[in-house]
Amino acid sequence: MSTNAIYLRRKRMNRVMMTVSTAALGFGLFWLLWIIGVLLWEGASALRPSLFTQMTPPPGGDGGLANAIYGSVLMAGAGTLIGTPIGILAGTYLAEYGQRGWLAPATRFINDVLLSAPSIVIGLFVYTVYVARVGHFSGWAGAFALAIIVIPVVVRTTDDMLKLVPNSLREAAAALGAPTWKIVTMVCYRAARSGIVTGILLAVARIAGETAPLLFTALNNQFWSSDMNRPMANLPVVIFQFAMSPYDDWHRLAWGGAALITLLVLAINIAARSLFRK
Amino acid sequence: MPDTANAVVSAPKLTVRNLNFFYGGFHAIKDVNLEIPEKRVTAFIGPSGCGKSTLLRTFNRMFELYPEQRATGELMMGGENILTSKTDVSLIRAKIGMVFQKATPFPMSIYDNIAFGVRLFEDLPRARMDERVEWALSKAAIWKEVKDKLHQSGNSLSGGQQQRLCIARGIAVKPEVLLLDEPCSALDPISTAKVEELITELKADYTVVIVTHNMQQAARVSDFTAYMYLGELVEFGETDQVFFKPGKQATEDYITGRFG
Repeated sequence: MSTNAIYLRRKRMNRVMMTVSTAALGFGLFWLLWIIGVLLWEGASALRPSLFTQMTPPPGGDGGLANAIYGSVLMAGAGTLIGTPIGILAGTYLAEYGQRGWLAPATRFINDVLLSAPSIVIGLFVYTVYVARVGHFSGWAGAFALAIIVIPVVVRTTDDMLKLVPNSLREAAAALGAPTWKIVTMVCYRAARSGIVTGILLAVARIAGETAPLLFTALNNQFWSSDMNRPMANLPVVIFQFAMSPYDDWHRLAWGGAALITLLVLAINIAARSLFRK
Repeated sequence: MPDTANAVVSAPKLTVRNLNFFYGGFHAIKDVNLEIPEKRVTAFIGPSGCGKSTLLRTFNRMFELYPEQRATGELMMGGENILTSKTDVSLIRAKIGMVFQKATPFPMSIYDNIAFGVRLFEDLPRARMDERVEWALSKAAIWKEVKDKLHQSGNSLSGGQQQRLCIARGIAVKPEVLLLDEPCSALDPISTAKVEELITELKADYTVVIVTHNMQQAARVSDFTAYMYLGELVEFGETDQVFFKPGKQATEDYITGRFG
């Protein structure tokens, strides 16, 4: 019977595709688990209390990454604090006010370009307009560069999440006589809250490991410094510098830093996921 | 208009004159003239796409949220053409409330769902706000079911409860007119009966306009009925007359199910 032949072919095809996609999954997972495995294996010996209490050492000396962790937290924190409000406001404009005219579609397009711009370009940009003019590397320059990476991520998620809020909810609020700004702040933000927060968390995860923009802006600092106007230590650049060095104890610290960032990003991603599920 | 000449007994709350409505290039409502009587229930009936919901949505200028929609003509309320009036549309909507087909509780507590609209125009002390919330929820026949969980999310309620919550929300701001856009279409018969009872009670204080697909519902709850077809008002009059002695063959065909 012809239907039978079709049925058998479909079954066979199903089995082939199933095998191929399972293999692809296994291939991807294999590398991912290898990376995480090596990272934890090599990093485990460096994950000691002194990692959080001691400064980055000179070659051959004993030390930790305290100044780099502190610098990373300061700059990522400042970058997030600068980038998030701008991103949320711009995303709100796109989703809630930009239905008429060309400004919103044009902004959305440029934002998407910025979203996928190589981060080294952003580092060079901040170097040119800020570092080169001021004459020295600084924590602020690093924070600005990170903020520029945060903005498009937050704009995009805010825009997307607000567009998921059903229009019926806006209509219901409008029908009570609520002005647009009240509808947005009291109803739409609440409805989209977990999505927007997830976007911010993912932006934080993204900038936590960015190296290129900091290499051109904050550079590095061997000492504990909380002066945002001076060069500032940070995990990614320290990892880069230490990993490229010929010294074994620097290598160990680089592994420790890499493991630390990866665990942090993992934790943020888990937080974002569980938040979004709610 | 012989059919509407002696239809309206009480004073009109809303007077619709030469109303036309466009979705972009599509002419959805064609030259409708109508008087909505005060403190009565008026039902709009007609097949899907006839323009009855669209007509309802012009009454509170809801269509203005969408740039490609526009209306022309007159919509008189209290001597003012509210379609072109300079009055802030928020103030008009505060006077003309609306309940939608799908229940739309805000993502906040049951209490705040009710208080949201009230806070827009009134600054009530806590105790008075509590009273208002209880009053609105009682009016909507849902107080008993929610009085012990006022601070739970509005989304935790069942579909029928959510719809009554939305009605309570609409009543809480004390509008003069209440527009109901197929408020029972997603409800089970018990919830529907409760809402219908509520509508009958509401007309003591409010002017109610209801769009419905349910002919029996229109017959049960309304004092006046407008039958619309393809964007035109075919017949308007007292519900008894429209249902039992329709002036037009088209109305009779629709009501008796011989339509199309």
